[in-house]
Amino acid sequence: MSLIKLSVNGKSYQVEVAEDMPLLWVIRDFLGMNGTKFGCGIGQCGACTIHLDGQPIRSCSTPVLAAIGKKITTIEGISEKGDHPVQQAWIAEQVPQCGYCQSGQIMSAVALLNEKEAPSDADIDAAMVGNICRCGTYKRVRAAIHRAAADKREMLSKR
Amino acid sequence: MTSNIDRRAFLRQAGLAGTALVIGFYLPGCKKQDGPEPEGSITLFKGNVDDVPEGTGINPFVIIDDQGNITLMAHRPDMGQGTYQSMPLLIAEELDVTLDQVTIKQAPGDKKYGDQGVGGSASVRTMWEPMRKVGAAAREMLALAAATRWGIDRADCDTENGMVINRKTDERLAYADLVAAAAQLPIPENPPLKSPDKFRLIGKSVARPDVPLKVRGAANYGLDMKKEGMVYALIERAPSFSSKVKAIDDSAVLAIPGVQKVLKTERILFKKRMEGVAVIADSYWAALQGRRALKVTWENDEVLLDTAAIYDKLRAAAQKEGVEVSSEGAFARAYAAAPVRLEAEYETPFAAHAAMEPQNALVEVRADSCEIWAPTQFPQWAQQEVAKTLGFQPEQVTVHVAFLGGGFGRRALPDFILEGVVLSKELGVPVKVVWTREDDMTQSPFRPGSVNRLQGGISSDGQLVALQHKVTTPSISYSLFPGMSGSNGEGGEMEPVNEHLYDIPNYQSRYVFADVDPIPLVWWRSVYSSTNVFAHECFIDELAEAAGKDPVAFRMAMLQTNQRNRKFLQFLAEKANWEKPLPENWARGIAMTHCFNTTAGHVVEISRNSAGKIRIERIITAVDCGIAVNPDNVKAQCEGCVVMGLSAALKPAITFTNGAATENNFHTYPILRINEMPQLEVHVVPNEEAPTGSGEPALPPLAPALANAISRLTGKRIRKLPLEDGLMG
Ligand code: FES
Ligand code: FES
Repeated sequence: MSLIKLSVNGKSYQVEVAEDMPLLWVIRDFLGMNGTKFGCGIGQCGACTIHLDGQPIRSCSTPVLAAIGKKITTIEGISEKGDHPVQQAWIAEQVPQCGYCQSGQIMSAVALLNEKEAPSDADIDAAMVGNICRCGTYKRVRAAIHRAAADKREMLSKR
Repeated sequence: MTSNIDRRAFLRQAGLAGTALVIGFYLPGCKKQDGPEPEGSITLFKGNVDDVPEGTGINPFVIIDDQGNITLMAHRPDMGQGTYQSMPLLIAEELDVTLDQVTIKQAPGDKKYGDQGVGGSASVRTMWEPMRKVGAAAREMLALAAATRWGIDRADCDTENGMVINRKTDERLAYADLVAAAAQLPIPENPPLKSPDKFRLIGKSVARPDVPLKVRGAANYGLDMKKEGMVYALIERAPSFSSKVKAIDDSAVLAIPGVQKVLKTERILFKKRMEGVAVIADSYWAALQGRRALKVTWENDEVLLDTAAIYDKLRAAAQKEGVEVSSEGAFARAYAAAPVRLEAEYETPFAAHAAMEPQNALVEVRADSCEIWAPTQFPQWAQQEVAKTLGFQPEQVTVHVAFLGGGFGRRALPDFILEGVVLSKELGVPVKVVWTREDDMTQSPFRPGSVNRLQGGISSDGQLVALQHKVTTPSISYSLFPGMSGSNGEGGEMEPVNEHLYDIPNYQSRYVFADVDPIPLVWWRSVYSSTNVFAHECFIDELAEAAGKDPVAFRMAMLQTNQRNRKFLQFLAEKANWEKPLPENWARGIAMTHCFNTTAGHVVEISRNSAGKIRIERIITAVDCGIAVNPDNVKAQCEGCVVMGLSAALKPAITFTNGAATENNFHTYPILRINEMPQLEVHVVPNEEAPTGSGEPALPPLAPALANAISRLTGKRIRKLPLEDGLMG
């Protein structure tokens, strides 16, 4: 057990946990943020996707030690009111069914759109292939990413 | 307690205390899956929630307080199918309020709500009339209260957006101002329902209220529920379903920080009992570490089944006559006399549900009560089984329903909740049982595999004159419940081929029981339809080919009696441009079915590249489910069915080795990913018939439509799922 300092969604936290504990469980069980989900525990499903210094990672397979000195962003941290362009596009396309995979889907999509202004279908495949949706919302995930990208471009062009 | 539960408890109290007007109804008992929808005869009553008469199926749904807050209770669990919206929306339609004006609350399991189970694509089709009557009764009382105040006739009042409007003067009164007076009025027994042209919400693709929560990570699932003083429990599972614990060595386990205890426990799955060893700890991670360090010696004196043995058994059983489940005409005679006769055998695999949220339950057993937070499809069933296990009355057990991270039939069963009950009772603290993904995939009850034998006879003019479909499969009801023989084919094993979709003068369906105990089985999205329709619709395609007919024309000729299904097929063929020629090395396949009272079908277009690999170019889906209460959500359900159907057709099956499931996580039991998602169009047949099921019907016809396309393109019949490895590319 060690006392570990973490920066999550712009706030600092201190937790006393085993150093090999995956970030997923630290975030959920010790910091009490439930938006990040447990799906497989072995990096296969993407439900636990968060950002570490802006990069999407699988928090179920990343020990808490790896996050020291880095910025963690979870689904709770991408916008205050749930109005990030990706979240808005997700609502417009009515993407979620059960919703359980969607935090992870959105975190992967946000990371993709931070990198690419106009992702192609192939870009979307590459960025989203790690996120399983058992309810089968893939068609809408794709549509929502294209929509969010278009909305963002339109916003930028208006400035 | 942490905030989740606090808030829920608070809402419950705040919402239900101070109730001014409560409307509920009595709903008659459940019906069988297919057949006419229930009448929806209801007995309305009023009263505060707390003094609602106790009795089967009596329940409050509409709560309006004098502040104008309108609460609608969502009494059916939401597993992604949309009941969190659809049930309250049906009330809101008749109550004349928008969804923005109401607060929706998920109801806990309580017999006061009538039947709360979700399964069989049943919620909208069975609640279509009762829920609207609940809303209409409240609307009538509010309108009458306003009319009385204005001294005018009820007929001179309109209702809109939570207001009653005086047609003569255009004066308006909010429901909040009327609720006290309305509550004094008798409840109308047969309140008038709107004609469909007056619908403001139904049929309109209204945005779902759970979506904003889900995109913020703010929807609470079972796994998110926590309680002060709770411990986590992970359970080490036996190497086969019948193994027993012989010895436990926990010496390395208790040394792990956070681990508190190791104890033998059991999983109660109706007639089955499975032994396990629980590791109790203060966090999931500590419990998992402890479980990894645990050494259990198991013993077993039963024969351990593997997949080869299971299918040998099924194939051998398929040679038997079995029992006749349905019959029209005289199959045997007509088949013997037919000039062209065809026979084929089809095999389908075992499958896992693999809902994204692993099974879990938070349970607190106290001296004389028990409280549960869990993702369950059947809260009342869980309540009953928990009460039975504890020797309580159902009223002593509260089951709070969280959002479900998928269900697909798996979460009908309360086994994972009962694990928490057994442990919390023994430990005297709240226990949160969490299954790992490996537990979920290897231990979950499975969809049974099957062997289907079909025989068909064609007349000299190319008509299908005789058809027999014999299904050999294990029985789910036998697997779960004591006292079921499982051998009469009346446990849904023949659905939907016990009833025939087409006009075939001589049709017979037969069932052969096969025992695969102790492997646990349960309903999987669309249940036996998911396997039976594959065999059936592939064979229809074989018969069309043998008759030298186009697959659509062949089916169309047999759709004379049921004009609605005939129109459906025309609709699907048109949407898919069935007649339009395809490029070389492309092909189309079609399949349709009628299940859960809905007709659904697909056309799948495929191509083959120079390396001989097949690719799905496009899927065109059509569904006739009567009035689509939320057309966008009906489409979403069809999209989900297509993806789940594709996974089941293309991806590895669940297999068994030495009595245990072999596949244990998403790397060995992969499901479709976004890069494999074909282009998909879903079309909803517009009509004004009463709604029927939409969560499942589009699943069964997917695999046969794909297989039929492949068979047309390659000339080689597909008779086994999943498709052979290396075929697709
Ligand atoms: S839970 Fe981390 S990838 Fe599945
Ligand atoms: S929405 Fe249910 S798993 Fe994706």
